[in-house]
Amino acid sequence: MAYDKFTVLKSSAVPLPIENVDTDQIIPARFLKATKREGFGDNLFRDWRYNADNSPKADFVLNNATYSGKILVAGKNFGSGSSREHAAWAIYDYGFRCVVSSFFADIFKGNSLNIGILPVTVSPEFLEKIFAAIQKDPKTELEVNLDKQTITLLSTGEHESFQINGYKKHNLMNGFDDIDYLQSMKSEIVEFAKNKV
Amino acid sequence: MSKTPSTLFDKVWDSHVVRKIEDGPDVFFIDRHFIHEVTSPVAFLGLETRGIGVLFPERTYATADHNTPTINQHLPVADPLSANQLKALEQNSAKYGISHWGLGNPKNGIVHVVGPENGITQPGMTIVCGDSHTSTHGAFGAIAFGIGTSEVEMVLSSQCIMQPKPKKMRINVNGSLSKGVTPKDVALFIISKLTTAGATGYFVEYAGDVFRSMSMEGRMTVCNLSIEMGARGGMIAPDETTFNYLKGREKAPQGEAWDKALAYWKTLKTDEDAVFDAELTFSASEIEPMITYGTNPGMGIGISQLIPKASDVDGGVATFVKALTYMGFKEEEKMLGKKIDYVFIGSCTNGRIEDFRAFASIIKGRKKAEHVTAWIVPGSHIVEKQIREEGILDILKAAGFELRQPGCSACLAMNDDKIPAGKYAVSTSNRNFEGRQGPGSRTLLASPLVAAAAAVTGYVTDPRELMN
Repeated sequence: MAYDKFTVLKSSAVPLPIENVDTDQIIPARFLKATKREGFGDNLFRDWRYNADNSPKADFVLNNATYSGKILVAGKNFGSGSSREHAAWAIYDYGFRCVVSSFFADIFKGNSLNIGILPVTVSPEFLEKIFAAIQKDPKTELEVNLDKQTITLLSTGEHESFQINGYKKHNLMNGFDDIDYLQSMKSEIVEFAKNKV
Repeated sequence: MSKTPSTLFDKVWDSHVVRKIEDGPDVFFIDRHFIHEVTSPVAFLGLETRGIGVLFPERTYATADHNTPTINQHLPVADPLSANQLKALEQNSAKYGISHWGLGNPKNGIVHVVGPENGITQPGMTIVCGDSHTSTHGAFGAIAFGIGTSEVEMVLSSQCIMQPKPKKMRINVNGSLSKGVTPKDVALFIISKLTTAGATGYFVEYAGDVFRSMSMEGRMTVCNLSIEMGARGGMIAPDETTFNYLKGREKAPQGEAWDKALAYWKTLKTDEDAVFDAELTFSASEIEPMITYGTNPGMGIGISQLIPKASDVDGGVATFVKALTYMGFKEEEKMLGKKIDYVFIGSCTNGRIEDFRAFASIIKGRKKAEHVTAWIVPGSHIVEKQIREEGILDILKAAGFELRQPGCSACLAMNDDKIPAGKYAVSTSNRNFEGRQGPGSRTLLASPLVAAAAAVTGYVTDPRELMN
């Protein structure tokens, strides 16, 4: 599915300073029943965001108008648990294009890259600085530059570089996906498969 | 052939790389692909949007499990959204010529139970599914792991995914397990030591006496839980136990093909001097029956121990306190003696015949505690049949339990099997995340023996006290 190209993102950020946020929190299993990729953002963080009667929980960050932006900043080990790509879809559909954490679970990270969300891994120290800066000024902006592989706190100019492999970077910057690549080498795959049980 | 010593993982991985991309992932060939109703529909939709087909339909198997009811499976599925997903799986499978084991099919069941029991899962294979517990199949010496829906679309259309090769970790457990300690306890023990992120970025090989002497079903339970320590997957080198399990199963090689396969399978082991990026060793004698007290599978302790203090645990104090508040527990409390409301035995982790035998060994001659609701859910129709044939159903009935029909059920509570808010469930499944078994549910992960002890006493109980 096509996604927005990612080059430079300048935005305020939404803080979620909780560790081990698992994909069941990002989107509970009972909201995985669609056969189309539509409307998942409405149920992003469903049980943290809404009470059982569907009224918003005032203390949850997505219900606090003070915080907004296209960047989600979360505690260590974000996206652990289930392989449901619906978690990444929900984050994208809600409007986030980048998630910043000091550590990501593997499958979530891969799923994000495949649908056009950039997961940015920063040091635990820099993550704390970002949380502190947002706490001080919720409108503070971050700049994520994919080409240069840097993330900058614009209020102070402090920055860090982040890792991404060249192939995925190229895909994200151009809006390409893996299926295009794999389709282009189909005959090679068919040949390879002849020796496989 | 290179003489460099290599690991089991290297041998299987390297033989499946179609192309290496510089500064990028490997184009990785997939031998077997399982699909289910929840993570496949959008992938099929993607094929249609692009106007491409399924390259090797004979390498994919479909089964309905996540969404299915566990009672009255002969009736139409009441929830229209679930029914729609089941219909989509059936129609997509028919359209592209994929084997489909839907509701009512005698081979239907949880994907990670039916794959092995039908002989589809074999040593040396690469296996994926849009489900993180695909790691289960590593028990056979296969590389097996969960993928997202974009990757399901890749496998359908090209039989490949794009994967950077993970690092390698070996976890050794030596010695022999004490009374009442099961494969589930071994896995929960390892996760409690590593945390849920301890093996992220790695693929694990389990080695040592404990895994060597474990049955295939036990090995599946251990490999199933690899993802809960953050690992993409875990594997165990195949041996006589593996070969004996596979021989004669429907999809296993037969005749000459068997001999040829066996010769290859026997080469699938880590060379003596092979190097791992990380290696951990534990002693079996350290492990007692385990139970979790928190909201991730790493928050587990030996059943006789106390819940730790926040300050003694690695990681954020706030996150730890949030977890205990959700569970209604306090630091330094005992788990033993806590009153429980529900017991769930089943899932791809502990829904095989040996799990029901273990459960039955404790409840035999006893009665279900009156205040406990128990959901007993076989992993497949074949397991259900074994439960009947071995007389386990009679033991269940005599003790006041009922048997449900196969499916993922309360493990992720996509169907009606939801633990109510605030209630405590001792579950043999794999995740105790907030709301995992229903909004507000509180899960204590444990083995079938611990679940059985709780089911008959109504409290967290050390199963060793009830064993002969």
